[in-house]
Amino acid sequence: MLRQIEGSRAVADTVALCRPEVICAYPISPQTHIVEALSAHVKEKALTPCEFVNVESEFAAMSVAIGASAAGARAYTATASQGLLYMAEALFNASGLGLPIVMTVANRAIGAPINIWNDHSDSMSQRDSGWIQLYAATNQEAADLHVQAFRIAEDLSTPVMVCMDGFVLTHAYEEVDLLDQPAVDGFLPPYEPRQILDPAEPVSIGAMVGPEAFTEVRYLAHLKQIQALELIPAVADEFRTSFGRDAGGLVRPYRTEDAETIVVALGSVLGTIQDAIDDLRAEGQRIGALGLTTFRPFPAERLRQQVRGARRLIVLEKAFSVGVGGAVTADVVTALNGAVPVQTVVAGLGGRAVTRASVRGMLLDAAAGRLDPLTFLDLDDSLIERELARLARRRRSGPTAENLLRDLGVVASRIG
Amino acid sequence: MASQEIKFYQVGSHAVGNRLLDMSRRSIQADMHRTNSLNSGHRACRGCGEALGARYALDAAMRAAAGRVVAVNATGCLEVFSTPYPETSWQIPWLHSLFGNSAAVATGVAAALRAKGREDVRVVAQGGDGGTVDIGLSCLSGMFERNDDVLYICYDNEAYMNTGVQRSGSTPPAARTSTTPAVGDEPGNAFGQGKNLPMIAMAHEIPYVATATVAQLRDLEDKVRRAMEFRGARYLHILVPCPLGWVSAAEHTVRVARLAVESGLFPVFEAKHGEITDVTRIRRQVPVEDYLKLQGRYAHLFKPQPRTNTIARIQAIADRNIRRFGLLTGDTR
Repeated sequence: MLRQIEGSRAVADTVALCRPEVICAYPISPQTHIVEALSAHVKEKALTPCEFVNVESEFAAMSVAIGASAAGARAYTATASQGLLYMAEALFNASGLGLPIVMTVANRAIGAPINIWNDHSDSMSQRDSGWIQLYAATNQEAADLHVQAFRIAEDLSTPVMVCMDGFVLTHAYEEVDLLDQPAVDGFLPPYEPRQILDPAEPVSIGAMVGPEAFTEVRYLAHLKQIQALELIPAVADEFRTSFGRDAGGLVRPYRTEDAETIVVALGSVLGTIQDAIDDLRAEGQRIGALGLTTFRPFPAERLRQQVRGARRLIVLEKAFSVGVGGAVTADVVTALNGAVPVQTVVAGLGGRAVTRASVRGMLLDAAAGRLDPLTFLDLDDSLIERELARLARRRRSGPTAENLLRDLGVVASRIG
Repeated sequence: MASQEIKFYQVGSHAVGNRLLDMSRRSIQADMHRTNSLNSGHRACRGCGEALGARYALDAAMRAAAGRVVAVNATGCLEVFSTPYPETSWQIPWLHSLFGNSAAVATGVAAALRAKGREDVRVVAQGGDGGTVDIGLSCLSGMFERNDDVLYICYDNEAYMNTGVQRSGSTPPAARTSTTPAVGDEPGNAFGQGKNLPMIAMAHEIPYVATATVAQLRDLEDKVRRAMEFRGARYLHILVPCPLGWVSAAEHTVRVARLAVESGLFPVFEAKHGEITDVTRIRRQVPVEDYLKLQGRYAHLFKPQPRTNTIARIQAIADRNIRRFGLLTGDTR
């Protein structure tokens, strides 16, 4: 059913159709609207049987999900930013225990400086947690990915994170085609756990494992992710067959057939990139884009196939691995093993708008060979120079963010 | 109950034990068909109070729940000594996740059971004092506040024993640990610190809060049984001496626990909905020295010369407990 609907609401309504049995959440922007809507569903008894647990922290939220999943319930939660990091210890535990929890991450920057706006710093920081990570490019995809996420998680008995850009997607009202209950029931069978906490058949879950088996356990976790490289596209194919639209899968190529330059990116920024590519194609530039819907496991083989003919690759990253460059770039370079030169463009940090004009300029620079190996899109050089000059004058310059804001005239008081 | 009649013999103490009791009131451990939730053969130290407390507590919970109990465990001695993969000493469904989250994981288990209509299955969460009063306090408080249907049991051995005897928020004043060494003007742990978790639990006004020790195992079993009569959040705080960390003889575990009670340092009581409803009275108050002298963690209080001021401060704590909880026989509160 087509509805003009907020992204968060579309996700919440879709999650409800997936019949979760335990939902827990701690409020954090920009995730809040999702669990607000779900709490209403549960309270109105539109979703039964389902327990909605209001918890005291994200660490508790993931812990409740762990307990619920281990006891055999379909468990769901949602978070963002600091909340995801506050969960970090439990995230590794959920995947280590093989619990098919599904979680929405409304992507947001990590402080300090505190910043509630969108980038991918949060989920990228948890890329090694053992969770499958799927990135939605649109609200339609965000909704559709959740149905697939439960299927993938429960088939493999491993947790899945569905990442959607905070505010850009979560708070955007647009047309979304929502599935109905019979459709979802047909696609997503009831959760059949591999092991449960049942007095009739007692098991010990979470034993201490020493050096004699720990490596093997981690290797099997890796094998599970490798299996996901087969399962994710299979589930996406089935979704297309069932509902007639594309969502999910490993990668999303856009006009890559004869492209000399290919931009690799994740999430909603792909829309802007595609617009810029359309403009440049009309001007005769051979440029394409490759969206990564699946980041963990990393679809290295599919990436290699898709970019074989390109002369250069630009990885546009909305996260930044300080001291190195881009997190996604590292994986792309490893996958290509020198076959195609790779450059990194860091863009959209902390909600900085990634405009069509900026992307266009960047693509033209790249095509002309003028792009630095590591570029920060729309960096305000004057602000940087002033701060560097301040640092040169004084050994202690005070908090960087406050200095920059003072230079911009955003804060008037003298700091430091 | 399948158990044998045993002839009574005088043991020369005030304890008359199990044998004079009516069969129906005998310890669950006297039943040869008890559940044996925590099997023998685990890897706890000799004289471990926690292993003793956990076995009695879980078997009592199993009895109360007609065998339908799920246990959630925090990281710590109990988890490590009972489940070195591929072995396990647990004969009940058991889940360990992390150090600080056993209360929240138990909440999740209880929520799942409720969603699945399995309200006959009861949930017990357990942790040591570190996992309870320190790193797990936030999750525990949340579980209390929501009144989730979980019995949380804290096995208090008054320090982080699993990591080598570091101070916890439950370590008593003047006690020596590896992070509160017996050096300086005021050796051992500081006075005035630490958390009284039974009182914190009571402040949440949950249905049931109780304390117990491994010196009075019938009382411990009774408290588990009573706790299981309630739905909602329940808290049981069990003092479990640790021969390793307390530097006490393995055969003194029960004796030390008894002296903790009889000196007044560890009040044994019950509270319902935030109000104390019962206290275990002391027959003869013993001086705190009797308790302290059995433990190497207090050795610096007695040699090279006695630290009478410090001992007097500890005695004052015991005396205050006796006043506050009305612990002496005949006292009225």
